[in-house]
Amino acid sequence: MIELIQEFFRQLAADYPRWNFIFFYEERQFDKVAEGLWVTVQLSVFCIFFSVLVGVVGAWMQGSPSRLLRMIVQGYIQFFRNTPPLVQLLFFYFALGQFTPTHSPDGWLEVPIISNVGWAVISLSLFAGAFNVEIFRAGIEAVPESTREASDSLGFTRLQTYGYIVLPLALRICLPSLNNNLVNLVKTTTQAFAIAVPEMLYQSVTIWNDYPSAQNPMMLVLFVVYILLVGVVVMSMNRWERAMKIPGYGT
Amino acid sequence: MPDTAWTPDQPIVSLKDVHKSFGELEVLRGVSIDVMKGEVICIIGPSGSGKSTLIRCINGLNDIQSGSITVEGLEVHDPKLDKLALRRKVGMVFQQYNLFPHKTALENIMMAPLKVLKEPKEEVAARARRLLAKVRLDGKEDSYPGELSGGQQQRVAIARSLAMNPDVMLFDEVTAALDPETVKEVLVTIKELAGDGMTCILVTHEMGFAREIADHIYFTDRGVIVEHGPPATFFKEAKDPRTKEFLSQIL
Repeated sequence: MIELIQEFFRQLAADYPRWNFIFFYEERQFDKVAEGLWVTVQLSVFCIFFSVLVGVVGAWMQGSPSRLLRMIVQGYIQFFRNTPPLVQLLFFYFALGQFTPTHSPDGWLEVPIISNVGWAVISLSLFAGAFNVEIFRAGIEAVPESTREASDSLGFTRLQTYGYIVLPLALRICLPSLNNNLVNLVKTTTQAFAIAVPEMLYQSVTIWNDYPSAQNPMMLVLFVVYILLVGVVVMSMNRWERAMKIPGYGT
Repeated sequence: MPDTAWTPDQPIVSLKDVHKSFGELEVLRGVSIDVMKGEVICIIGPSGSGKSTLIRCINGLNDIQSGSITVEGLEVHDPKLDKLALRRKVGMVFQQYNLFPHKTALENIMMAPLKVLKEPKEEVAARARRLLAKVRLDGKEDSYPGELSGGQQQRVAIARSLAMNPDVMLFDEVTAALDPETVKEVLVTIKELAGDGMTCILVTHEMGFAREIADHIYFTDRGVIVEHGPPATFFKEAKDPRTKEFLSQIL
């Protein structure tokens, strides 16, 4: 069966030189696609996790009585929302990367503590996190003040009120916009290409640099992979939204 | 005055010359009230006379500009006050119920004893079920607030406050948002509570109820207490023209 498929694509490449699906019949290229996909998935999962964490903590800090804290969050949002993510990525890797300490596992090579993958996770999480702070803030503001007063008068601390009451309600309100931002984040991981993170786009480009005849097929693969990947994200977010629906609450 | 100085022969709640402004607007202009343990007092008066502000000041939801409020000897507006100590003594029920919409009736009641008082779960659950039965809502343990009628929600809110074993209950126009047919079930619950010896401070528009339940009635207008007395004399022998006018409009 596998041999049949390999034979088919080898023949296709011979007949139509622009449609060389090389990864279907050459194991090395197939591994590259698989590795790229795996790195993209990992990158997405880590960035989603950390950016949501940044959003939750940032929105909590935005409601702080301390003016300094609020101003720091505001400055962070303005910087990361108003500058291009690609520029941020380059800045983190090339500018900040110079100042991070290195270690030497074999006594010869100096390896920076934060790798290019690490910088991609940090940079992209902070970028999407800035939007998440604003998304969570909108959700938090939609929770009525009177609900907070009730929890206040029951003796909950500010942190308990946030964790047990405000955040669970805010999350339900802001899930649709969070959904949008996380979809964007998954797609923005392709920009890690610029600092040579071996993710899906990077691997595809190396393939078509080696085999120009594979360029069209690789682009096709890219589209299919991202449609499926984003599809999975959207589907699980929708499922989560349904699971969190409160009987008799809202519409 | 330290907490230990309070003895049951002193007023459990004491307001002395309380002044409160929202910006330019002076809402309370020197209010003094003493409430003894086990007393039920009703505060009545035209809207905008500062009734709700008054009751909210008692558990520290609003701050005050001058004067003093003590609950069992605790200075409510002392910046060094242990808020939790106050919250444990004072329960509050709101006009809009303010239940936590993402928690079931039973969870609403259990939350504060579990998270704030850190009491064992089995004990709290048993008490919560007892309280639900007390407000005649057995069988509604697993209903969400959105699935309950206004009157039922308000009774859950009363049970939620009672779960903290408060010494004083504040009721802020708790029947004002209810359908006429459900008002009665809430009033019956409050009446039973008063019958059990709970100290109750009510802001209410239900004159018939106030007359029936109150040990003492206070009439407020434009931020001052115009007149007060036991219901028997208050309703028959009001002296101040403002009280007379108010009573003539609603009785």
